[in-house]
Order: sequence, then C-alpha cells, then structure tokens
Amino acid sequence: MNKERRVRVLVAKPGLDGHDRGARIIARAYRDAGFEVVYSGLHQTPEEVVQAAIQEDVDMIGLSSLAGAHMYLFPRVVELLKEKNADDIVVCGGGIFPEEDIPKLKNAGIKEVFTPGTPLTEIVNWVKENVNPGGV
Amino acid sequence: MFNKKSLEDIADEEKKWQKLFNEYTLKAPERLKRFSTVSDRPIKNIYTPLDIDDLDYSKETAFPGIYPFTRGVQPTMYRGRLWTMRMFAGLGSAKDTNERFHLLVNEGQTGLSTAFDMPTLMGYDTDSPRSRGECGKCGVAIDSLKDMEILFAGLPIDKITTSMTINPPASILWAMYIAMAENRGIDRRIIGGTIQNDMLKEFIAQKTFMCPPKPSMRLITDTVEFGTKEVPRWNTISISGYHIREAGSTAVQELAFTLADGIAYVEAALERGLDVDAFAPRLSFFFNSHLDFFEEIAKFRAARRMWSRIMKERFKAKDERSLWLRFHTQTAGCSLTAQQPYNNVIRTSLEALAAVLGGTQSLHTNSLDEVLAIPTEEAATIALRTQQIIAEESGVANTIDPLGGSFFVERLTTDMEEEAFEYIKKIDDMGGMVAAIERNYPQMEIADAAYQYQLQVDSQEKTVVGVNKYVNEEEIPIEILQIDEELEEKQIKWLNEVKENRDNNKVKEVLEKLGEASQGNSNLMPVIIEAVKAYATEQEITDVFRDVFGVYRDPGVY
Amino acid sequence: MEIVQKIKTGDIRAVARLIRDIDDNIPEAREVLKELYSATGNAYVIGVTGAPGVGKSTLVDQMVSHLRKSGKTVGVLAVDPTSPFSGGAILGDRVRMQRHSMDEGVFIRSMATRGAFGGLTQSTRSAIDVLDAMGKDYVIVETVGVGQDEVDIVRSSDTTLIVLVPGMGDDVQALKAGILEVGDIFVINKSDREGVDKTVGDIRLMIEMGEKRYKDGWRPPILTTQAAFDKGIRELLDEIEKHRLHLLSNKTMLSKLRYEKAKSDLSEMIKDKIAKEIFIDITSSGEFEEAIKSIIDKKIDPYTACDKIVSAKLKSNIR
Repeated sequence: MNKERRVRVLVAKPGLDGHDRGARIIARAYRDAGFEVVYSGLHQTPEEVVQAAIQEDVDMIGLSSLAGAHMYLFPRVVELLKEKNADDIVVCGGGIFPEEDIPKLKNAGIKEVFTPGTPLTEIVNWVKENVNPGGV
Repeated sequence: MFNKKSLEDIADEEKKWQKLFNEYTLKAPERLKRFSTVSDRPIKNIYTPLDIDDLDYSKETAFPGIYPFTRGVQPTMYRGRLWTMRMFAGLGSAKDTNERFHLLVNEGQTGLSTAFDMPTLMGYDTDSPRSRGECGKCGVAIDSLKDMEILFAGLPIDKITTSMTINPPASILWAMYIAMAENRGIDRRIIGGTIQNDMLKEFIAQKTFMCPPKPSMRLITDTVEFGTKEVPRWNTISISGYHIREAGSTAVQELAFTLADGIAYVEAALERGLDVDAFAPRLSFFFNSHLDFFEEIAKFRAARRMWSRIMKERFKAKDERSLWLRFHTQTAGCSLTAQQPYNNVIRTSLEALAAVLGGTQSLHTNSLDEVLAIPTEEAATIALRTQQIIAEESGVANTIDPLGGSFFVERLTTDMEEEAFEYIKKIDDMGGMVAAIERNYPQMEIADAAYQYQLQVDSQEKTVVGVNKYVNEEEIPIEILQIDEELEEKQIKWLNEVKENRDNNKVKEVLEKLGEASQGNSNLMPVIIEAVKAYATEQEITDVFRDVFGVYRDPGVY
Repeated sequence: MEIVQKIKTGDIRAVARLIRDIDDNIPEAREVLKELYSATGNAYVIGVTGAPGVGKSTLVDQMVSHLRKSGKTVGVLAVDPTSPFSGGAILGDRVRMQRHSMDEGVFIRSMATRGAFGGLTQSTRSAIDVLDAMGKDYVIVETVGVGQDEVDIVRSSDTTLIVLVPGMGDDVQALKAGILEVGDIFVINKSDREGVDKTVGDIRLMIEMGEKRYKDGWRPPILTTQAAFDKGIRELLDEIEKHRLHLLSNKTMLSKLRYEKAKSDLSEMIKDKIAKEIFIDITSSGEFEEAIKSIIDKKIDPYTACDKIVSAKLKSNIR
C-alpha cells in the first residue's frame, strides 16, 4: 500500500463582510497546488468554522477578513480549537490588517498572516513548508 | 466621418508607417510582448481614422444632451455645474458620525453619504451573536429609529440630500429616514437622497444578502413603487457596478452586468404596472473608476449610450430623463495598496480624472488609508482636495467631453458597447439576470477574471508599483483611525434601553402585521414605516423577512 | 482498539481522522475498518447523483433538515472531482450544508475522487461504513455525474436518487445507458423552470419502456422539487420511506440486494487492491519504461507487451 497524505485546507470567511475575492482566489491557488480545499462559504461564526475544520479533518484553516473584525474573530477560532483539543490544526490569516495588529494576532496563535500583495506562490510554499498533512 | 478618398490615403500612409515601426522594432524590440489594459484587452500600437471609419457622429456620438448622450447627459455638463463631490462617511456610533457630518456640512459639502457597519448592512442588531466584533468597524451602527434620529440630529435634511449605502435592509433604513424626517415635521415629499438598494449586484459581487433573489426583487420593487408615489425626490435604486469591479470583473463585465441589473429592475417595475417614465428618471447608477485611464473613460461613455438605447428601444421610454444614465463614481478601492500608501493619492487622482473625463455626476475619491481602515480626517481632506484640484486647477472641465473624437477612445467606446451587449444577450437568453444569478453565471465570469488577473500580477505581467515592482524593504507605517473597542458594549446597552422604553405590545402587534403583509402582495413600505416608528429594531424586522421569505446563503462559487 | 470504541461512541475527531486515513491509504485504517465491520449495517444509505448544477447539495441540505426534525441523525458524504491537472480539488458542497455544522446530530464530510482506480468508490464505501458504525441513522452520499462511477456508488446505497432539472432533454437520453437501472427515485429539481412537464414525460416514457426491469414490484416514482425553497422535500422523504418499507417487505429481494452489495463491495475491493499494489508495482518498474520505448520504436506491439508484463508479474506474485 502506498500512503498518500494530501494537504487538506479549510478556507473560511468568518464574520459578516462579503469580500470573498481573496478567499476564492486563494482556494483556486491551493487546488492548483494539489491541495484539497474545503470552502466554508461566507458569513460564518468562529464556532461554525471550527466545527467544519474538525469534521473535515483539515491540516490548516485559512481565515480571510477585510472589514476590521479580525481582532475578535481570529483569536476566537484559535481559542475554540484549543477547547476542542484540535489545536494541532494550523491557523493562518489573510486580509487587510493594521501593522500593529499583526504581532497581536501572532501572539494569539495565528501562525502566519498574509497581507495584500503577497504572491500566491509565496503563500502556497509557506503551506508546503509549515503544514504536515495528516499531522505527520 | 471621413470621405472615402482621404481614408484610402490614410490607409496607404498607415501601411508605410507600420513598416517603419517594424523596422525600428527589429533594432530595438517593443518593451512588452503584449500590450493590454488592466482588463486584459489587447491594445494596438496606434489608432487612426481607419479605426472609426464606421462611426456616424450624429447617431453614435452626437452632442451632449442629445440622444444617445455619449458625450454627456446635459447640454452644458461641467460648464454649467461641476460634479457633486460626495464623500462617503460613517464610523462608530450614530453620535460619532453625526459629528463628522456636521464638520462636512460646515465645510460646504451639500450632500451626505452614509456608510453603515457590517451588522447594519446585513440586517443584524448589534446584540446578535453574528455581530460580535463588528460594531462600528466599517461604518456607523444603526439598530433602531433612535439611532437614525441621533445620526441626523441638527442637520438640515430639508435642504441637503442624503445617500445611504444599504442593500438587503434598504427598505428599513429608508423607512427610518422617512420616519425621522416626519417626526421632525418634514414632509416625505420634500426629502431627497438615494438608497443603494441594488440586491442583484450583492448576489453577483458584494455578497451582503438576506433573502433569495425573488423576494429581494419584491422588496426593491415595493420601494420603487412607494418612492414614485410618495417620496418623489428620492432615488430608490443606485444600480451599482462598483462592487462588481471590486470583486475582480473586467471593465466590460462591470458595464454589462450593471446594465443587465438595470434591465431587471425596469422589468420588475413594469410588471408591477408602473409606467416606465414614472420611475425611470429616478434610477441612478454607480460605477467604479479603475486605473486603466482610457478604458475607463470609454466605459463611462459606452454606458451612457447603451442605457439610452436600452430605455428607448427596448422599453419605449418617452421622457428624455428616462434615457439619461446619471452616475456616481468611486475610485477603485481594489487598486489601492497597503504598501507605500502615499502612492494611493496618485492612483486616486488618475482614477478621478478618468471619471471626470467620462462625465460623472458625482464622485467619491478614496483616501490614501482607505485600504487599511476608515479614513482619518487628514486623509479624507487630501482626497477631497484631489477633486477640487481637478475641478478648478487642471482645466479639464473647461470643455465638454474633451476626448470625444479621439480615434482610440471612440474605438474603445464602440468595442466595449458591442462586447457588453453580447453579454446582455447571453443573460437575456438565460431568462434575465435573476435566472443568470441562480445559475451563478455572472459570479463565475467574475471569479475567472479575478483569478486570471492575480496570476498576471504574480507573474509580473501586470505591474503593481510597490507590490511586485519598485518594492521598498522598509515600510513606514501611517496613522490609522481606531474604533473604540468598548463601543459594542455601549451600543448593546443603549439598544436594551431603547427596547425597555418603547411600547412592546405595539411592537409585537406591528411585527405580526408585517408578517401577514409579507405573505400577501401589498406594498410593504407603509407597514415598515409603522414598525420603525414604534421603535422596532432593524433585526426584529429583518427576522420577519427571513421567516417569510427564507434565508439566502452563499452558493459558494469559485 | 481504543479508536474502535471512539468511533462507535461517535467521537467526531476520531471519525474525521479515520476517514482521512482511509482516503490517504494509511494501512492502520484498514485494520480499524476490519474491527468496525460488525458494527455496520444499521444506517440507511441514500445515494444522490446527477449532473453538476442540478442542485444536489441544496437538496441534500433540505433532506438533512427534515430528517433532523423527525429526530434522525444524519451523516453526509459529499464527493467532488479531483482536478486531473494538479491532483487538488475544491470541495464546495459543504457551503450549501454549512448551516448544519453546529448540529451534533449531523456529520458532513467532503471527499475528493482522487485518481482513477476505484479510489472514489473504495474510500467512499469505507467512509459510509464509518458513519454507519458511528451510529448515524441515515447516511447520504452525494456524487457528481452521470457515468459509470455513479453506478458503482449507487450499489452501496439502499435508495438511489437521480436528480435532474427541467430542460435536460439530451441529458436524459445520455442517462439512459447507465442510470436508469439504478434510479429508485427520480427527482426533477428546480421544477419552477420551464420544460418540467416534458422532462417528467421523458422519464416516465423511459421507465415504461424499461418495465420488465421492475419485476420486483418497485416502479421508480418521479418527483418534482424546488430544493432552494424547501418545496417537495417532505414528499421525497415519504417516497424514500416507502422504498425502504418495500425493500424490507420482500425477503427474496432483500437477500438478493445484500448479496449484490457484498459481491460488488468485495469485487471492488479486490480490483482496488490489485490496482494499487500490482498496477503501481508494474508501472514503476524499469521493464514498463522499456516496453514503452519498444512500442514507440515499433519493436513490439502494445498487446504483446501487455500480455508479457502481466503474466510475468502474476507468476512472480504466485511464487
């Protein structure tokens, strides 16, 4: 039998903002990099995001936010993963954030933060280097 | 426009010139393999009279104020009156925004434009679990008529017009505005302004939605009908291409999908039994002005020509005002960069210039920090000054449609019109825009265009200064406006107070009445106004709609 | 095994991980499946298939709502195709069911078809077993398409729904080949669209022409639904229940059905194992590469090459 772990990612849009251009582009880029991408759809609560991540057994959650609510939403996702003993799932954030929020997000357990202008290949490579499919 | 003999001469000369051009490129090749617009439209090395030899000046271009209005809707354009400089504002609580409104009015601004926060835009109250962390973040938080009263306190709403960027709950916020005016003794026939109220582009692009497309169209048509009869100075729909473009569409897609949305609204109002000339003059449009200078100018010109043709030929409108495509423009938020943010001033200037050369009726210029947060006062002032410099220093407003007759711009105008009409035909064949949206057709077209563009940026086929070229290693952070983190708690407390101090039996009664009315066919505006006057909250009303009409969820198209 | 216990008590993380391991071909997963087998056979499996865009996910979403209202627990497997270019996939069905994600009585899992060698059917089959063993009353399997693959997955279902939309005249013709035999219920979704009567008529005609196939007494009903507006779903579930009772009432048929299912499961599993083990061995050997070169150079014909390679491999395996 040959093992074939494949990266599984949940691309999620927590909060009420509907700007999904970035989320949809990154989902396509992940697919084209050979990942399996589950998309949460818009307008999700952190609770819904975490439940989907667990059921789908993803290796990473990519959160996207463009309307300023990231300081509540992103840390809340990390917190809920801990509560569910699922904090082996890597959490990343993409979107528009004031410079001073980035260290705060990282302190809250967001492993990496991608801001506009980051080339897709850079994001994909980061995932390849930092995410172990199946946690092994 | 040219006689046959001179066209033949030009053709001969062009052949010679192209040969010369090719000889030069043998020595030094062209700097790009392919020249194209932001929307990936290929562009030739030169445009000549041969490119517009099929253009009939009187029929296609004509004079400003004359059908098909390619050069402008009014005969005088900016020689008479400059465009309205209408800056979008809204932050924090109703009181915070009221203060900023007073400041703007004192500076001489004659129109207000309101930005709401995400919960208000989506039809949730601040105390909903779905609103956590969002209160006041990207606009003002409004939960009930009380907030609306505070928002416009002391402002001369009988003299100034107000634009409200609101969609799924547009009928409710409009009802609040009408109620607020009436409570101050101002007749609803006197107040003027605009509600965006364009749900089709929400399904296509901006994704602020509540109920499915069909009941959404019913709510919109209710407002159109009510406005026509009762609030005659109000623009009840602002048909918007802005968000379609922000979602990553091409210029032609923006043009085509916006006008196709317009067609759907006109058809819905006609089905309601309204006379086309009774409501069409109150339809207004809202476009994006992106970076590709000439393509944008051509887009605006094509839009005017297309709409007047659609209204005249398809809908047989007779009133000249029904044929006018009047539009507001906002410079492209998606063209701004967080890197080297001062460059955004230059980008916005070029985009604003394109909007003016395209004949816009009003304009919002983005602030340099708009990509990061709600603008600071300083940044918003620079953005306003940009418009004032274009208007009063550059001289571009001295003559009407200065680019009319440009071989390049006229060719682009005609090409874009043709391509956009092809899209509209495709949508018609699907059964109109509502049916096309249900098939995710425009959504998919935009998603494809957005992905293609991103790949071109990543491969540096398209340049974004400061992002994929001319990058600075060290970025100097700019000052950013922060929203009070305690605002959410305060607003919830205030909301609870409002709920305690109203007649809750009356609220219950009127909400039940609204539920019943929603199941029938009557116009809902009167009962919505009754509900907001009883201080029913925004979400109490939207919950009735969600119950009766169902909830629309993201179909998740890639 | 501790994990077996966890699955049986419905531990979400354990279930999610096991399905992942099955999909990723982790040998230990097979061991767990062996242990779980005795706990399977209790869930009622509904297959939902049809062309892209007919509204399968929305239909499944509404079926889940109704089943939950009547107190049943539900597992959903939503299968989407893997991109042949990158091996990746966008699994978008969940979006339309995401409102159930907070409901403890619902487990939704998206799967990609991954590769061509029965991966879809084998992993999906095993995943059905896992959801069954975790105690779900119903397992709904959604697959895209109108071809042979779906017929395979359909063999694992107790009731199979074929979903169509009005105005699919040509597609109905195309469907005839494989799907007719396996459709227990035909669902015409988006029935507010034009052409619904014609589509219903076309299918009715197909069923009548295939009358002799329905010797067991079940004649596939045709239902119209508007899943987006929750119309016709109650009636659909009533038909599914009728079909279930029909299966239970007929002892001969039930045992025939069980035989067919076990046979198909086992043969698929054998095919899969052969494909995965022998095929991959062969294609990664130097001999395989040499044969390709010889074929190009016309030194050998592909038929002879194939016979030679396969018989050599089989002999060596037997030894």
